Amino acid sequence: MQQEVLLALLAKEPSYGYELRARLRKALGPLGDAMNPGHVYVTLTRLEKAGLVASERPKGSDPGDTPDRPDRKVYQLTADGQQRVAEWLAEVSWPKPDLAEFHLKLIAATTAGLADPLSIVDAQRRELLRRLREAQRAALTEPDGSDAGLLLEGIVLRLQADLRWLEACEQSWTGRRSGS
Amino acid sequence: MSDTDTDHAVLWTRGLRKHYGQGEGLVRAVDGVDLDVARGETVAVMGPSGCGKSTLLHLLGGLDRPSGGEVWLAGRRIDGIGERALARVRRREVGFVFQAFHLMDELTAVENVELPALLGGRSAGTARRRAVDLLDRVGLADRAGFLPAALSGGQRQRVAIARALSNEPLVLFADEPTGNLDSASTLDVLRLFDHLHEAGQTLVIVTHDARIAATADRLIAMRDGQFVEETRLTGGSTGRLSALVGLEG
Repeated sequence: MQQEVLLALLAKEPSYGYELRARLRKALGPLGDAMNPGHVYVTLTRLEKAGLVASERPKGSDPGDTPDRPDRKVYQLTADGQQRVAEWLAEVSWPKPDLAEFHLKLIAATTAGLADPLSIVDAQRRELLRRLREAQRAALTEPDGSDAGLLLEGIVLRLQADLRWLEACEQSWTGRRSGS
Repeated sequence: MSDTDTDHAVLWTRGLRKHYGQGEGLVRAVDGVDLDVARGETVAVMGPSGCGKSTLLHLLGGLDRPSGGEVWLAGRRIDGIGERALARVRRREVGFVFQAFHLMDELTAVENVELPALLGGRSAGTARRRAVDLLDRVGLADRAGFLPAALSGGQRQRVAIARALSNEPLVLFADEPTGNLDSASTLDVLRLFDHLHEAGQTLVIVTHDARIAATADRLIAMRDGQFVEETRLTGGSTGRLSALVGLEG
């Protein structure tokens, strides 16, 4: 998870860490289940050290609390944090699956005679189909128009694209094998 | 292949072949296929166009006769039975869903769905009640009186699925059922197949749509008339999805 995501969630108003977690879970649906609950607090602590957020303990909280317990603190953006959020929103970023690594794997395996490229493609396809199945099953249980459903749709479409590329790999390597 | 496997299989084939033409022009559309489909299982057969998957489906459902090999349905061999007996199998024991829906344009949704039951000799009242139930099951109870032309592609395909279920088929065969559908309608059909699967319906789907293939328990890859790979998709890799959207596991 990018630090900037938490910063952006704080842009609306100062929040407790658990509130940020709840908002993430709502936006991510079942995918948020895999998130380590402590991750939000670790990230907040890092952001505070970097001067991008500031924290304070709300008045009236139990004075017996350990003062630096992150789950007792309200976090807010600093001016630097606000600046960073603005930069992040303006950035064009789009996470990419590592196609180059897979592509080079096929080439290296074939060149060195280490493995059959088609069985590497088959293994990759099996894994992608399992993920597609999983994403689809999760998507089917989401109500129409849910935020998490939209995210899952994105995964499904990406996996479909990857599977089509694997088909192209298969065709190409089948051709090279029979041509050699 | 042990006896135990065929005990649980509702449909199986041995050495199934369909060849067309001869000499230089010989086409081996299906070339020695052994398939076992367990009761309640969803099997998807995937492959490029021309790999023989539609021909295979026709052989399995008795729409076409093989050149060789055996097809067994519910413990009975059907590849060599007479025309009338085979027609009876098609009417009573299997259901078909096609890419192009094949609904009767001049009949309403409910009339399309009740047709197989009427042809099968059920009374008009029984056939209608069942058709209404089935339309409800596919989420189209409120479209019973609509002609196909007034329905969306996804709705037409759901009517076609309801019709295919009207004789309570042992096996439901689907040939590219999402081939003519947009993404949202595809999801409706996927959801419906998922419900049917949960309800214990045996499904055999041929497709090149990875989305529908991914709903299957088992995926078979077909190339040049032969099965080249088989993958069990159940099980899976829970939690790995998060990495795909940039979330840490």
